[in-house]
Amino acid sequence: MPPLVRTAGLSRHYSCGGTIVRAVSDVSLAIEHGDFVAIRGRSGSGKSTLMNLLGLLDRPDSGEYALNGREVAKLSEDGRATIRRHDIGFVFQVPALLPRATALENVELPLVYAGVPPSRRRRAAKEALERVGLADRGHHWPNQLSGGEQQRVVIARATVNDPALILADEPTGSLDSATSDEILSLFETLHHDGRTIIVVTHATDVADRARRQITLHDGRIIKDAQVAARNSPLNTAVLGSSP
Amino acid sequence: MRGLESLRIATRALRVNKLRSALTVLGIVVGVGAVVCMVSVGAGAQAEVSEKIRTLGANLLLVMPGARNSGGARLESGTQPTLTEEDAASIRRELVDVRVAAPLLSRSIPLVAANKNWVTVVAGINADYLVAREWQVADGRSFTSDEIVSGAKVAIVGSVIVEELFNGRTGPGETLRIGNVPFTVIGVLGKKGAGAAGRSQDDVVFIPLSAAKSRVLGAVRGTTREALDFISIKVSDATAMPEIERQIETLLRQRHRIRADAPSDFKIENPADILFARGAAVRLLGTLLIAVAAVSLVVGGISIMNIMLVSVTERTREIGLRMAVGASRRDIRWQFLIEALILSLMGGLVGAVSGAVAAVAIAWKAGWPILISPWAIVLACGFAGFIGISFGLYPAHRAARLDPIVALRFE
Ligand SMILES: Nc1ncnc2c1ncn2[C@@H]1O[C@H](COP(=O)(O)OP(=O)(O)OP(=O)(O)O)[C@@H](O)[C@H]1O
Ligand SMILES: [Mg+2]
Repeated sequence: MPPLVRTAGLSRHYSCGGTIVRAVSDVSLAIEHGDFVAIRGRSGSGKSTLMNLLGLLDRPDSGEYALNGREVAKLSEDGRATIRRHDIGFVFQVPALLPRATALENVELPLVYAGVPPSRRRRAAKEALERVGLADRGHHWPNQLSGGEQQRVVIARATVNDPALILADEPTGSLDSATSDEILSLFETLHHDGRTIIVVTHATDVADRARRQITLHDGRIIKDAQVAARNSPLNTAVLGSSP
Repeated sequence: MRGLESLRIATRALRVNKLRSALTVLGIVVGVGAVVCMVSVGAGAQAEVSEKIRTLGANLLLVMPGARNSGGARLESGTQPTLTEEDAASIRRELVDVRVAAPLLSRSIPLVAANKNWVTVVAGINADYLVAREWQVADGRSFTSDEIVSGAKVAIVGSVIVEELFNGRTGPGETLRIGNVPFTVIGVLGKKGAGAAGRSQDDVVFIPLSAAKSRVLGAVRGTTREALDFISIKVSDATAMPEIERQIETLLRQRHRIRADAPSDFKIENPADILFARGAAVRLLGTLLIAVAAVSLVVGGISIMNIMLVSVTERTREIGLRMAVGASRRDIRWQFLIEALILSLMGGLVGAVSGAVAAVAIAWKAGWPILISPWAIVLACGFAGFIGISFGLYPAHRAARLDPIVALRFE
């Protein structure tokens, strides 16, 4: 079985006022099914850009990207939409919900575009909300939910279509530590359920829960480490001091 | 399935901005309303004209006393008692293509029958008049020539009179006092309905012309006993009408001894022409209004486009989010197209209803038949939908062309 994610020489450049910013530069990596990967690095190191490339929201300028063994770097916009719809769940830093749709409707959204019939859609969305502990909030509007609850709705939405890959770009960035902890536990549960998760984070405690930590600097991978044991103080110390 | 979903999304988006949506479709409402209203009014007016021309009797000319408005002083029509029975007789006699030339003298007079009163037009005629107007006696009989010559006190009445004075009993045999003179009803006329002036043509009493002159009208008229209201002329051939008009003109000028440079003291009208002209005027007005409607529809389309462009910009993040969770460009395009389509169809529907209401009001006021054309409604709404689609196409395209990552980052 090929790795879920395999990139080779993946690059994304921005030219801004004459200077070229290599936001992602020559990134080659492979991520196996069921892995839980943390991506770290300083602000501006290209973490979000890489996530957007992996999530097929953005196109690389060069390089290859095979998702589940299928080359996707040069797909048409519609082809990319199809993969986003079925194979990828995205969690953003700022909880991104449609303000004029209830929590349940927000969770249903990927299934709407996947053409799942309403009754089945509703059932799946309810189950997804249940998994994030918001079964009773289905009919709330986003502005009636706390930030943490909103982020949980987003996670429910990212998992409702049972995607192969869950991408989270600083999912706890706008939350307090207790709430962050809840969110992280959710990711751990998802990981235990066998899902593949890539999470971008600044926070060490988040990274510590991952099985593998990739560190970016100026768009390049400068460190790629398997975390042997959970919550190892040694690892935390080493990675915390890396650039 | 997807279509239904887009419909739901679109209606929800429109409901959020109710007032804005309503204002946006105003142009469409006005355009469609004007089309539906004008087509209906035009059809009603047209039907009315045809009906009036039919009840008038074919190939009819009217000769009326009074000067033409030519050059010098204008003489009010009807103020000069210039037309006589003799004129009518000579037109009939001299001109081959004239089938009948029927004199008529009339006045509004109170009628009494038993204990009922009614004021109506009493007209002195001879039997030719009914021929000219192609008017049948439905019940009873027409005047005999004896009655015409002797000025017998007999009357033929319209159906309204039967209803108003005789409680709907059959008319013939009833007695009717015109002024103070008792007349015997000998016939009831077939129904004609509303005339060119709008009042019912069936609200009328006909008596022999000689009786009218001597017993009823002449005495109180204060003018010559010979003066007629008009002469109705039935021409045997429609194509000969302009020629006959000229011949009548020459004949009457001769008879009235009018100098070559003086204006005539009578005028000749072709009532069908007048009705046609009125119908044409309504049609022209209709055409103008439809032009206005077309402009209004285009303006409506532009305002839909404008608001859809605003909406696309406002909802850029929403579009990005939808794309991130798997919406294809087609999904996004549909969402906005359907929104534009719903907007325009709603406008079309409201416009069609208000246009129909306006048309009914106009028809009711003008006494026209109400003819709401379902085709006009379908066509106007279809056109509104077409406008919505065509002006919604570009904004929808703009939305669909957005780059997901750019849209998501949009502030
Ligand atoms: N749309 C853009 N146009 C130009 N430059 C961009 C654009 N997006 C990102 N960049 C640049 O690319 C580099 C990487 O940006 P990216 O957002 O991936 O960083 P990041 O690691 O996610 O940072 P942070 O931790 O602050 O979110 C930055 O130097 C940024 O200035
Ligand atoms: Mg970032």
